[in-house]
Amino acid sequence: MADEDVVLLDFWPSPFGMRVRIALAEKEIKYEYKEEDLRNKSDLLLKMNPIHKKIPVLIHNGKPVCESLVQVQYIDEIWPHKSPLLPTDPYQRAIARFWGDFVDKKIYGLESGKVWTTKGEEQEAAKKEFIECLKLLEGELGNKAYFGGENLGYVDVVLVPFYSWFYAYEKCGNFSIETECPKLIAWAKRCMEKDSVSKSLPDQDKIYDYVLHLKKVFGIE
Amino acid sequence: MKWRTILSSKTMGDDEEVKVFGMWASPYSRRVELALKLKGIPYEYIEEDLSNKSALLIQHNPVHQKIPVLVHNGKSIPESLVILEYIDETWRNNPILLSQDPYDRAMARFWAKFIDEKILSTTRKVSFTTGKEQEHAIEEVTEQLKLLENEVKGKAYFGGEGIGYVDIVANFLVFWFGNLQEALGINIFSQHKFPFIFEWIQKQLKIDMVDECRIPKDKHLTYIQTRLAAFKSASK
Repeated sequence: MADEDVVLLDFWPSPFGMRVRIALAEKEIKYEYKEEDLRNKSDLLLKMNPIHKKIPVLIHNGKPVCESLVQVQYIDEIWPHKSPLLPTDPYQRAIARFWGDFVDKKIYGLESGKVWTTKGEEQEAAKKEFIECLKLLEGELGNKAYFGGENLGYVDVVLVPFYSWFYAYEKCGNFSIETECPKLIAWAKRCMEKDSVSKSLPDQDKIYDYVLHLKKVFGIE
Repeated sequence: MKWRTILSSKTMGDDEEVKVFGMWASPYSRRVELALKLKGIPYEYIEEDLSNKSALLIQHNPVHQKIPVLVHNGKSIPESLVILEYIDETWRNNPILLSQDPYDRAMARFWAKFIDEKILSTTRKVSFTTGKEQEHAIEEVTEQLKLLENEVKGKAYFGGEGIGYVDIVANFLVFWFGNLQEALGINIFSQHKFPFIFEWIQKQLKIDMVDECRIPKDKHLTYIQTRLAAFKSASK
């Protein structure tokens, strides 16, 4: 589509931002990427997301769309012809939305953060739950190449950004995600073979450095 | 004058089987029933005892083991917001719950998430905390309700010309929230503080199906008080 004006307000380590980057790349949409300093949020961010004041914010022809799961569905509906992310069948769509919601509640939820913010028993409990959730996702993936079937779909876009954080989790939690969930890691590597994914995710080392920096800033050992 | 839903001539096939696993006091469960009633979809309702969940519920929602679950011709769909979109996409008769326009849909989904992840989540904190923590939660939920008030200002419904997705998600304000605050002995939510939401509630009450999904007040007050007492004694 010609004169489309697409702006993404984002923060490089944010897995939520990465979802939007992947979706836009899959649809081959050109956009302006604006890096936000979260300690000094821009007037534009505060104006476009007054309710949550958070990134990512997708601004399409001047109108803001907030919340990454909402943004990915919006992108899929505005540009439906290239790389459809949600299936057409209502039940398959419900399954995809269910697992997208699961990823947000369980993988990105408060509990999984405890894998790198705590130690001892609390950390062990968090690791256990985290792995259990990843195993449920492995179960859902089954023998498919992607959650979306033969191509990247909604759940792939929603989950794969977290892969860039796995190394940091493994180092902080002293465990190997690949040992516990080999199929999921194989899936993530398969996704990374796609430019839309590999160009949207930062290096795992950079994320680990960022996590170490956060731990210092928040006084977490 | 009560507003009635208009049933299309072909709403349900003869071999449609729709079941809802729900709980009478759950706003999430009531949403699903409201959507089905508005669309004129007959369903079998199965009341779950949340302290003793049925094997069938666990079979239909093994991941979360929660209500509501919609089972349509044997296919299970959990999570109320996912269920609402499924209902709207499967039965395309009026009322259409989500707009066809992608931007309007994005706004509707945004507000539904806000209601669930902010307002209802903070309301849980209000119910299950005391002292300073509860005071803080009360302030937080009041601010969140003000944002919702602003969203419905000047509109008959949250969405378009008639009851839609966000109105159904906001249904907890019509009966549930008022009962809860009475049981808790607090007064966050009044016509004086939230005139536009109260105006919206009056319009909602004129819809037959909304009234059919009323949570019986006395039964609800007793239920909340029992739960609060159980929580207080458990946390001693």
